[in-house]
Amino acid sequence: MAAESGKIDPMHQFLIEPLFGKEWAIAGHNVAFTNSAMWMAITLAAMLIFMIGGMKRELVPGRWQAAVESFTGFISSMMTTNIGPEGKKFTPYVFSLFMFILIANIMGMMPVGVVGVHPFTVTSHLTVTGVLAVISFAIVLIVGFWRHGFHFFSLFVPHGTPGYMIPLIFLIELFSFLIRPFSLGLRLFVAMTAGHILMKVLAGFVINGINAGALTVAIVSIPSFILMIGITLLELLVCAIQAYVFALLTSLYLNDAVNLH
Amino acid sequence: MPQIAQIAATYASQIFWLLIIFGLIYFVIGKGMLPKIEATVDARDQKIATDLAAAEAARAKADETEASYRARIEEARAAALKATQDAKSAATAEAEKRVKSADAELAAKAAEADAALKAAQAKALAEIENVAAEAAQEIVAKISGITVDKADAAGAVKAALAA
Repeated sequence: MAAESGKIDPMHQFLIEPLFGKEWAIAGHNVAFTNSAMWMAITLAAMLIFMIGGMKRELVPGRWQAAVESFTGFISSMMTTNIGPEGKKFTPYVFSLFMFILIANIMGMMPVGVVGVHPFTVTSHLTVTGVLAVISFAIVLIVGFWRHGFHFFSLFVPHGTPGYMIPLIFLIELFSFLIRPFSLGLRLFVAMTAGHILMKVLAGFVINGINAGALTVAIVSIPSFILMIGITLLELLVCAIQAYVFALLTSLYLNDAVNLH
Repeated sequence: MPQIAQIAATYASQIFWLLIIFGLIYFVIGKGMLPKIEATVDARDQKIATDLAAAEAARAKADETEASYRARIEEARAAALKATQDAKSAATAEAEKRVKSADAELAAKAAEADAALKAAQAKALAEIENVAAEAAQEIVAKISGITVDKADAAGAVKAALAA
């Protein structure tokens, strides 16, 4: 443990360690079952349990069913307000995305450290958020070109652009369009990473302060601990907001692809 | 930063497992369970809408029933009023008729009585004249000893009574 050496490495939480299947490989690429994969599986399991609880399909919903229905209703109303009636087709994807990110974020905040398990936030990895962003972007591209063909490029020329401005505007709009997957993936990755580093740094202050004596407990550990409570609550809020932002931006980009302007 | 430092060694594993897990989430939860939950919500919304419509229809029907009930009550009341008025006017007419016939009867009786009275009066008058003529005959005979003819006496009495 890092704490035993007197130094706490706030980056240690992001370390990927293979749990088993170290020699598994597909086409020369190692696909070991890591702690990251385990936390993805935990996310899947938690989501399944949550959803199965809402599958009673009663006319008058119980508490659990009402909770599940409020999540599905939240996403489907977001799709209808942002895209319109055609947005219903994309509800399964955006719902899966939202719930996966939300539960993965919250799973990374679980205080399982007290029983000796290292919590791991799947969404604090650029690879994971990048893949999700690329999937979203690919769906936007496929839907856009499928529905509108080359007319899809008119997305990059807003209405009312003067003729001589079209080349410049086209370049700028194209650039902003191509930036989308990066901003989408980086936003979630950075928010999760920064929040978790901040929490670990503050936790390191608390523990090192306790180790250093009574005076540092009073002036370092206690204020850090109080701050940490606030930061933890803020992080829980960020978990939900980032999942919402990812789903919302995906639905807005899908709206561009479905309805152009 | 392990996310960057380890990326070359772990990207394949991360992408592989993410695609498996996210694929499972998409196909099992997103495609399999979500439509059922949405169908439940839609069915509930529809049920509420139809129930509301049924309640609205029932209310309209109740209003209609009440209106027809009111109309029938009005009708019955008017009929009852007419019946009482008819009965009243019939009774009035009957009473008038009976009063009239009774009046006629009474008038006839009165006339008859009048006639009888007049007859009796005339008879009594005649009797009086007769008695007076006889008395005058007797008085004249007693006083003057002249026997007066009955017809003369009667004529004298008549003249005296008329005076």
